[in-house]
Amino acid sequence: MERRSFLKMSAALSCAATVSGCNSSSKDVEVVPPTPPVAGENLNWSACLVNCGSNCPVQVFSTDGVITRVESEFTTTDKYGDHDVRACLRGRSLRKRVYAPDRLKYPMKRVGPRGSGQFERISWDEALDLVAEKLQGTIDQYGNESIHFTYNSGARYHFSGKQCLYRLMNLKGGYLNAYGDYSWSQIYEAAGQTYGSAGPGWQGSSVSEMQNSDLVLMVGYNPSEIRMSGSGEAYDFLMQKQKNKFKTILIDPRYTDSAVGKEDQWLAIRPGTDAALFEALAYEWITTNTVDQAFLDKYCVGYDEKTMPAGVGYEESYKAYILDNTTVGSSIPGVNAKTPEWAAAITGIEAHIIVELARELAAARAPFIQIAASLNRQAAGENNTRAGYMLPILLGQLGLPGTNCGGLCKGSFLHAPFMPTGSNPVKKAISFFTFTQAIEDGKNMTVLSDGVQGVDTDEEGDGKLGTDIKAIINYGGNALINQHSDVRKTEKLLQDESKCEFILVVDNWMTPSAKFADVLLPDVTWLESEDLIYQSYAAGDTATLVQMSSGVDPMFESRPIYEVCVDLAKRMGVEAEFTEGKSRKDWLDQFYAESKAATPGLPDKEVMLTQGIYRKYLPDGGYIVLEDFRNDPEANPLGTPSGKIEIYSSRLADKARTWKLKEGDVISALPKYVPTWEGYEDTETKKKYPLQLTGYHTKGRAHSSYHNVPWLREVVQDAVWMNPLDANKRGLKTGDKVHIFNDRGTIEVEVKVTPRIMVGVTALGQGAWFQPGGDVDKGGCLNVLTTQRTTPVTKGNPQHTNLVEIRKV
Amino acid sequence: MSNNIQYGFHVDASKCTGCKTCQVSCKDRKDLPVGINWRRVYEYGGGQWTENGDGTVSQNVFAYYMSIGCNHCSEPVCVKACPTGAMHKRREDGLVHVAADLCIGCESCARACPYDAPQIDKDRKVMTKCDGCYERLAEGKQPSCVESCPMRAIDFGPMDELKAKYPGAISPDVAPLPESSVTTPNLLITPNRHTRPSGATDGEVLNYSEV
Repeated sequence: MERRSFLKMSAALSCAATVSGCNSSSKDVEVVPPTPPVAGENLNWSACLVNCGSNCPVQVFSTDGVITRVESEFTTTDKYGDHDVRACLRGRSLRKRVYAPDRLKYPMKRVGPRGSGQFERISWDEALDLVAEKLQGTIDQYGNESIHFTYNSGARYHFSGKQCLYRLMNLKGGYLNAYGDYSWSQIYEAAGQTYGSAGPGWQGSSVSEMQNSDLVLMVGYNPSEIRMSGSGEAYDFLMQKQKNKFKTILIDPRYTDSAVGKEDQWLAIRPGTDAALFEALAYEWITTNTVDQAFLDKYCVGYDEKTMPAGVGYEESYKAYILDNTTVGSSIPGVNAKTPEWAAAITGIEAHIIVELARELAAARAPFIQIAASLNRQAAGENNTRAGYMLPILLGQLGLPGTNCGGLCKGSFLHAPFMPTGSNPVKKAISFFTFTQAIEDGKNMTVLSDGVQGVDTDEEGDGKLGTDIKAIINYGGNALINQHSDVRKTEKLLQDESKCEFILVVDNWMTPSAKFADVLLPDVTWLESEDLIYQSYAAGDTATLVQMSSGVDPMFESRPIYEVCVDLAKRMGVEAEFTEGKSRKDWLDQFYAESKAATPGLPDKEVMLTQGIYRKYLPDGGYIVLEDFRNDPEANPLGTPSGKIEIYSSRLADKARTWKLKEGDVISALPKYVPTWEGYEDTETKKKYPLQLTGYHTKGRAHSSYHNVPWLREVVQDAVWMNPLDANKRGLKTGDKVHIFNDRGTIEVEVKVTPRIMVGVTALGQGAWFQPGGDVDKGGCLNVLTTQRTTPVTKGNPQHTNLVEIRKV
Repeated sequence: MSNNIQYGFHVDASKCTGCKTCQVSCKDRKDLPVGINWRRVYEYGGGQWTENGDGTVSQNVFAYYMSIGCNHCSEPVCVKACPTGAMHKRREDGLVHVAADLCIGCESCARACPYDAPQIDKDRKVMTKCDGCYERLAEGKQPSCVESCPMRAIDFGPMDELKAKYPGAISPDVAPLPESSVTTPNLLITPNRHTRPSGATDGEVLNYSEV
């Protein structure tokens, strides 16, 4: 015990107090002078450009070029609607991130085996020559499609960010494209197939619309841990909830910080089984005639015999599937009907509670239903999400005030341009999640097996990628090793220099991914940068523009990537095209002018340099997703083939017939609950690995960003959550070091025994940095345990679907 | 400032989400090392789980957070315990401060305080604690923890003003805090609907490693 305390002593813990004796030696006493008033202090505005969805502004104070503190209060009223945009704990720790001991200081090249982290310092000229030579050499030898950018989101600049590298490569003939991303790949697909575009999946009704709702159903939705900033969804949700008193039901395996007294009811559910719950709700509504039949008839395809596509019978309709009958007009359920009792055993939620939930949702005047991204990062992610969208559809509760289509809440928006990337001459694309497969054997990846896009196809619709990835560019990204699945497998693959022959990493710190670079270039940090940035993609109901500037010089030899790309363009013969004859200042002035044209109220840049932030609460008013379609479906058809909401998807029916799937994978025309490998119902694997393990967004990081800040490691424990019933079986108590393991690897972390998690389920904050110590990862990187097996349709990441065992070290 | 003003905190436990921005912004103000947390956010929770035998489970889980700094108590036991007079209560604002040049690092105050507010700096061998951001107050600003809270769950000011501003607030006789009669803390709480009384036995602190 570090400190004695009443609070600690009062708890029933079996630890003895270790109080040191009174130290009376006066020579040990150091007199601390009072802090003098700060003089000559500079204030610059900067921002946290991390991928949480909300780019918070921060006030950065510096003296003599050294950052001294970070603040974020800057209004006089702070009344909701005209409130401060307050950074969360991460933004408030930014100083420690800039001055982290593992900052990359100089350009370096690899000298040891790849991944060993052994580098030697080289000059910028040498580094740039080397990078230009390697990229040009790869293009010459293997073609542009052999160069790939791994997913990256650690530095969301508008001017001097990854766009500069894309622009450079596009001028040089392009690179192998990627579609999808680690957050929402299966959501894009689910929303696209159901609502005709990805938009309704991640741009549902705004949080403000909750004020018109009487019942908010949050399936995995957790704003207080993923959108914590003081302008963002967490604050918006709290304000709406406390003012409007709508009922809130939260479904999640964890009793999250979005609950803790703000919810009216928490239903603990097993990961990957939400679709079974949704089907039982559908069963209740169908058998009690509480579906909105008129809505289904008018707006939807595939509910019952009245709305099936030509040539498809009732027996393939949603109603027939839920009831398990094949006779039009029959309401007699079959033996495989999706009853509450059936779903109860799978989900863990008692049948009478499911029935009551169905009744409450049906009775609600305006239920606001949100299906979070957690459901999409699972083995049947596309189907899970589509199944969730059925709730508002069956009730006809979308496109109306106070409702949502199941999508993630859309944030408000003010525009700030990005460095234009130009267009990529290479049309071939792979799922972002299959880059390791494309390194290993890209040549034989196909359309029907691996979701390859943009290639020539035969009469079957199949075609090959026909190329391997031979060079990787990684800018501000940790998905090269840490955030991708099955770290140990990726590690071995990248160590083989005969496969991927060149890896360029540009970053601020020696991340686990940076250790795999052949050439390592030090970028500046946000607090050393100038840029005009917007609120990002999910900052809630307050939209912002922030003028970043810096009172400190770039540390060591770090350089902005824009300047680096100009120098590379020079070496690769495309400098004039890259710069268009513009200076750095010209670009920034142009961007500012474009922003001001889009937002006339934006003051002049000189004013913004002092004022820092320009913001508006709901600049375009509240947003009701699919409102236009609801009002006039003829004039505003959806992007589906039918122009309607497609419960039955003919496109997915085609894929189900033609695609080559792994055993156990399911593509279905209807949204369905699919028991999966390493899911709750995988009894075979559970004999060896009985616990479900899901990741979650810890407040102490945004993905893997900020992991190297000790202040954050201290205040947000990286421990695996375990229910007391599971912990007792294993003789574990909070603070014990444990190994979490499966066939893919072992990680070592502390265990947190807490009633705040479902029995049989464990959860670990994702993003901790991989730190191998022999066979065991001592860093606690969740992805040592996750699989590279893809989801069926989008070939996306199923990183919440894992079975493991846990034992005391 | 006139005499006899007593400053204190108000914490709205119905708003606090346990994000710990207060804890980190406090550290940034004084560049506090790992191990010293002038403000701490305790996670208190409990509840029972039952496996029903049909694959379902039942539970009555609850949890809430309590953000605690120094309560600048009216009867500060740390001051009484201090052998040198280093720990003292300021007449002008009621804030409890450490006179570092008098402190001998004996930790008597830390042992006495039921809130864990005084925390020893082992390197410098002096006691440290929440000073109420007195220099920010002089500039008309709020303490860093108040200014930073994304949920606006913390407030600070003269106690009579806080009492008037938050008529529904109560004395902090809530778990995991001790009974307020021990030190007469200058802290008001707006309770969370899950809040348990001091000494409750149906919950426990769930995050010792973070505080």
